[in-house]
Amino acid sequence: MSHDEKAAPVGKKFFTPGMMVVVAVMVTGLGVGMYRMLFGLASTTHLNDQFALGLWIGVDVATGVALAAGGFTTGALVYIFDREHFHAIIRPALLTAMLGYTFVGVGLMFDLGKWYNIWHPAVPFMWQGNSVLFEVGMCVMVYLNVLYIEFVPIVCERFIGRVNLPGKLGRLNYPLDMLLRFADHILGKIMFIFIIAGVVLSCLHQSSLGTLMVIAPYKLHPLYWSLLSPVFFLASAIAVGFPMVVFESMIACRSFGRKPEMHILTPLARYTPWLLGFYICLKIGDMLFRGTYVYLFEYSAASIIFWIEFGLLTVVPFFMFMSRDIRRSPRGLFVAAAMYIVGVCLNRCAVFFIAFDPVYAEKAYIPAIGEFALTIGLVATIVFIYRVFVTLLPVLPAPEHE
Amino acid sequence: MSGDRRNFLKKAAGLGGLLLTGSEKKAHASFLKVNPDQFGVLVDTTQCVGCRSCEKACNEINTDLPRQTAESFKDESVLDKNRRMDYRAYTVVNRYPNPLDEGKPVFAKFQCMHCLYPACVSACIVGAFTRAPSGAVVYDPWKCMGCRYCLAACPFQVPAYEYRNVLAPQVRKCTFCFDTRLTKGAIPACVQACPMEVMTFGKRNDLIALAREKIKESPGRYVPHIYGEHEMGGTAWMYLSGISFEQIGFPRLGYYPAPAFTEPIQHAIFKWFLPPLGLYATLGSIMWFLNSRKKNK
Repeated sequence: MSHDEKAAPVGKKFFTPGMMVVVAVMVTGLGVGMYRMLFGLASTTHLNDQFALGLWIGVDVATGVALAAGGFTTGALVYIFDREHFHAIIRPALLTAMLGYTFVGVGLMFDLGKWYNIWHPAVPFMWQGNSVLFEVGMCVMVYLNVLYIEFVPIVCERFIGRVNLPGKLGRLNYPLDMLLRFADHILGKIMFIFIIAGVVLSCLHQSSLGTLMVIAPYKLHPLYWSLLSPVFFLASAIAVGFPMVVFESMIACRSFGRKPEMHILTPLARYTPWLLGFYICLKIGDMLFRGTYVYLFEYSAASIIFWIEFGLLTVVPFFMFMSRDIRRSPRGLFVAAAMYIVGVCLNRCAVFFIAFDPVYAEKAYIPAIGEFALTIGLVATIVFIYRVFVTLLPVLPAPEHE
Repeated sequence: MSGDRRNFLKKAAGLGGLLLTGSEKKAHASFLKVNPDQFGVLVDTTQCVGCRSCEKACNEINTDLPRQTAESFKDESVLDKNRRMDYRAYTVVNRYPNPLDEGKPVFAKFQCMHCLYPACVSACIVGAFTRAPSGAVVYDPWKCMGCRYCLAACPFQVPAYEYRNVLAPQVRKCTFCFDTRLTKGAIPACVQACPMEVMTFGKRNDLIALAREKIKESPGRYVPHIYGEHEMGGTAWMYLSGISFEQIGFPRLGYYPAPAFTEPIQHAIFKWFLPPLGLYATLGSIMWFLNSRKKNK
C-alpha cells in the first residue's frame, strides 16, 4: 500500500446542525437498545414464534453486510485489478466497511436472546459445519479482523512520530511509536495477503447469507426462494458496492461543503450497468426457468415487494446507470445510487420477513417502533463514528483548495 | 448367502420404487443414514377425544415449564381456538370441524415431529440441537445463543422461544421425554397418559407396518396417507387421519428433508476448501500479473 495519496483529516467544525440531528437519533436508538437489554425482546419487538427473524436481521445484519460490500469491491478494483485511478475512494470505502461490519456485530447483540454467548461459534467443540449460519458467522468474524488490519496503515500514517499521550502515559509514547512503525513496516509488505483474503471471505459470506433461507422452502415465497439465492445475494452485493461508494462520497462532500468528486465517481459508475445487468439477467433467467412469473400478478406481500424492490428499485436504476448523462450529473447519479441501495435493503427484508410466509402465522409481522428506532439509531451511530474518524484520521481525499 | 440375496432384493425393490414413483421419494435415501431401529410414535387422530390428558402429563413431567394446575387442563373452552405450542407447552390438542359428520369433531395433538433429518439440527450455528440414535431431537440450552434460526428453519413450525425471558431465554420444544423417561426405559409421558390409546410407541418401522395394516383393514376410517412417513424425509411421529391432513392443521410438505436444500450448497462451497483456495489463487495471480506488467512498462 502506498501512502502517497493525498488523504487528510477533515478540518471542519464537528457539531453542525445536521450532526445534532444525527446525535439525537443515535441517542434515541441506543436508549431503545438499553431498554431491550433490560426488558427483553418481547417488550421491544413484534417478533413471535412464526416470525423469529425480523427487521434487525433483515436490515442491521443482512443489509448491513450487503452495503458494506463497497469495501471489498473497491479493494478488488484498485489493488487486484490495478485501477489506480480510483485510489482516492479506497479509504472511505474501507472505513464504511469496517464500521458497517462492526455494527453488524453490535446489531446482532441486540437481536440474540443470549447475546453473551455470541462467542460460542468460535469454540471448536461447538462448531457445526452443516450450519449455513456457522459459515456466515465465521467468515464475518474473520473478515472483520481483516478489515481492522487493513485499516491499521491509516492509523500509522496519522500517528507515526506524533504519539503524544498526556501525563504519566507519556512514557508509552516511544514504545507505541515503535509499535506503529513496526506494524506499518510489516503490513506494507504483506497487505496483499489480507486484501485478497478480504475479497474471498466476502464472496463466501455474502453468498452464504443468501443460502440461509433456502432451508425454508415451504415458508419463503417462490418469488424469493431459489437454489440460486446465494448467487443472487453475491451478485447484488457486488453490484451495490460502487453505488454505495458513490452515495457516501456525495453525502460526505455535501456535508463538508466540497464539490462532488465526479472525476472519480462517473467512471466508477460505468461498471455498475454491467454488474447490475448481470444480477438482473440471473434473476429473470431464474424466474423464467422455474416459472415463478405466475406469481407476479397475484395480490400478496411478496409480489408487491418484488415489483417495488426489483422493478422500481433495481431495473430502473440499472437504466439510469446506463445513461451517460445521468452518470455525469451529480444529482442523477446520486438518485440512481440511492434507489438501488434502498432496493437492496428491501430485497434483504423481503427474503427474511416480508416474503416469508410461515405456517400458523396469525398475523403479518410489522416491526415495532422500537425495532425501527434501534435500526435507525445504529445507522446514525455509524454516521457519527464515521465523522469522528474522518475528522481525526486521513481518510477522505484532501480538498484541492484548502 | 441369504443375506446377499436379501440385499439384492432390497436394491431391486428400491430401483423399482425409483422408477415407479419418480425420483423424489427415494432421493433422500442416499442423503443420510438413519438408524433402522429408531423409535417413533403413531398418532391415530380418529381415536382422540380431546381430553387434554396428554397436555397435563407433559406439563407434569417437564417441570421447567410454567406450572399449571391439574384443573386448568379440564377446561375444554381452550379448544375453541386453534393453538400452537409455545414457551408454556410442548404439546397442544386442537379441535377441527369434521366435514363427514358435523356432530363428531376431529382432534389432533401436536408436538415436535422429531424429524429423521431435522432442519433445526442442520441450522443451529452452535450445535445446540442433536438427534439421538433413538430418534429424539434434543436441545442444549447451554450452547444456544438465541439466534432463532431454528424457528425459521423448522418446516413444521415447532420450536417456540421465550421472548419474555430477559436474561436467559430458551428455545422450547418437545423432548420426546428423552432425559426424563426414554433413557430410563419408559415411554413418553403423553403416550402413557392417553386414556384412548391414541398413540402407539414403538420401532418406527413397525409403526409404519401397523399404520398400513390399519388403513388396509378399515379403508373407510382413514385417508390412505401416513403423515410423517415421508414428509420432509420422514419423522419419528406419524399420524393417521379420517379427513385430509390439511383440514386438521398439518402443512402440506414435500418429501425432501430441509437440509437437503442447503447442505449440498454449503458443502460444495467448502469441498476440501478448494473453491475458496481456488478463488484466492486466481485473484492472487491476476494481481501479480497486472502488477508485474505495470513494472515492466
